[in-house]
Amino acid sequence: MDDQTVISVKNVHKSFRLPTSKAGSIKTLFTNMAKLKKYREFEVQKALHGVSFEVKKGEFFGIVGRNGSGKSTLLKMLAGIYQPTKGSIETTGKIVPFIELGVGFNPELSGRDNVYLNGALLGFTEKQVDEKYDAIVEFAELEKFMGQKLKNYSSGMQVRLAFSVATILADSDILLLDEVLAVGDADFQRKCFDYFKTLKKNKKTVVFVSHDMDAVREYCDKAVLIDDGKVAEYGDARTAAKKYTQLFTETESLSTRNSDSRWGTMEATIEDIQAKASKTGISIKFQIKAHRKIQDIVYGFSIKNGEGLSIIASNSKLLELETIGLNEKERYLVSFDMPNYLNNGIHTVDLAVLGGDGVTVFDWQEDAVQLLMKGKRRVPSITNPEVKCSVTLKGAK
Amino acid sequence: MNSVKRTSPAYSLILLRQLVKTDFKLRYQGSALGYLWSLLKPLFLFGILYIVFVEIVKVDYGVENSGAYLLLGIVIWSFFSEVTGGSVTSIVGKGDLIRKLNFPKKVIVQAVTYSALINLALNLFVVAVFLAIGGASISLETLVLPLLFLQLFVLSLGIGYFLATAYVKLRDVNYIWDVVMQALFYLTPILFPITFAPLWAQKTLMLNPMAQIIQDMRYLLVSKDTATIADVFDGNEAIRIVPVVLTILIFAVSSLYFSKKAKSFAEEI
Repeated sequence: MDDQTVISVKNVHKSFRLPTSKAGSIKTLFTNMAKLKKYREFEVQKALHGVSFEVKKGEFFGIVGRNGSGKSTLLKMLAGIYQPTKGSIETTGKIVPFIELGVGFNPELSGRDNVYLNGALLGFTEKQVDEKYDAIVEFAELEKFMGQKLKNYSSGMQVRLAFSVATILADSDILLLDEVLAVGDADFQRKCFDYFKTLKKNKKTVVFVSHDMDAVREYCDKAVLIDDGKVAEYGDARTAAKKYTQLFTETESLSTRNSDSRWGTMEATIEDIQAKASKTGISIKFQIKAHRKIQDIVYGFSIKNGEGLSIIASNSKLLELETIGLNEKERYLVSFDMPNYLNNGIHTVDLAVLGGDGVTVFDWQEDAVQLLMKGKRRVPSITNPEVKCSVTLKGAK
Repeated sequence: MNSVKRTSPAYSLILLRQLVKTDFKLRYQGSALGYLWSLLKPLFLFGILYIVFVEIVKVDYGVENSGAYLLLGIVIWSFFSEVTGGSVTSIVGKGDLIRKLNFPKKVIVQAVTYSALINLALNLFVVAVFLAIGGASISLETLVLPLLFLQLFVLSLGIGYFLATAYVKLRDVNYIWDVVMQALFYLTPILFPITFAPLWAQKTLMLNPMAQIIQDMRYLLVSKDTATIADVFDGNEAIRIVPVVLTILIFAVSSLYFSKKAKSFAEEI
């Protein structure tokens, strides 16, 4: 490790032992002993195998990867919450993690007390918090509410308070930022991104975990792409971001994933799912196959953004389509088309076929297919339709 | 402005201070009498036990100020019970925090102990009043008292470390400890004078550090007629080393056990 390296991750492995029969009580302990079972049986799940990279001083470093790729585990290890099973992580300087905002906030305490508690958890003395207290309150715009208990705050107020404690206080050597920071309303998101800009300008060392490739491209100097617990790309942030997007385009054609979140009677099933998003429109196509004669069906979809918010949803009943009946083994091809109002990023689509009563679920597939929206400029709002603007001078008076 | 390093003792101290403060603020929230309950609870318990054991059963404690004698025992036991009982679920209870932040986990159990210590101080104030009214026995020997409190603190904290760690893996610890505490309560000379037991039993019981601490404190504060561990062992002063060594051993082993397991708390909870 030379002087410029602040984080050095060397060949890090991490596996979790997932107990298959957890002896969480004496009773199971005894029954297991009676059955001559081992005290505990484990299923070892490997989260990371052989990850290495370095972060230099003053770098804005991105960690990207899909859900379940191991990037959160990695972040938790950098923060010292988890210990690596094998390999080493060396850090110099103080690390302040923002894995979640408002860690340790207590709803029964006043806003004021929570600032001091949160400050202490981040390693600041009461005196140090005193000095910055006014600035924190001002930044959060909560001057009138600091004496009130946190439980009486709206969730937006809580996030604002947590964020200002974090940003005003944490002026440490290395910051670990999870993307959760950038959730919230548009106004708040802008504040977050402004904050990122300041960090970058002040040459802070920041490790940033994100799904948002636009943000990675904009802020990060270097990045590591984690896929399936291994380093898939390490180096220039733009290259890593590009590779990340490719990961999705590759799997896009695979479309249907064997999702656990599928339920229903399977009397009629959804198959051959395809979803495409172009600049002009979105199309979702799938087939409905009947496994017995069915009088009447309702079918629909819901497109959700990365935060799980339903952006666009509709079904045959809402559209007042003519009902269709199916004979056994008959297939119907369904195609939904709509203008593209999606913001940049990954979206997931839920699909469902129900009985004519709208209650009996034949086949409900959560996250049936992913929809990747790219090439648009990300806007701080939920939808992103094409906006036209014209300006005309109306004369002066 | 710089925060302290995550491994430094200063960080533990800042954290400990805030955790104790929070606990103190929240403890009697919404109750009309508030902190008065810290005083009232042991007083009521004392009142009941005094009526039953001194007035009705007429137990002879062999001391003049049997009120203070009884109360002191109860107050010390309450501290021990509060620390150990509170420690059991303390780590799991803070699971949310442990999963999101790296900090010295021992602080959690220490906070429980210091909170109980504040309570103990309030209770000792009541004991002092009883001593002032009913008569005390203060001498030069009483200067040893802080050492006994230190022993009590170390013993309680040590057992707290052990229970908190064990509970992470085995959730029965909670119930087991309840039963153990019931047993220990009757095996410690709190309500009965130690001299009621046959000599062999007296010898065994007094090796329990809690029995030794309570009896020694009574000796130093209430009456020189209190039987201490040395008295039970025919005036053999050397025996005093046993419960002290036991205390240190419990603390050292529990503390090591805690430190060893603390690294994986975030994954286990």
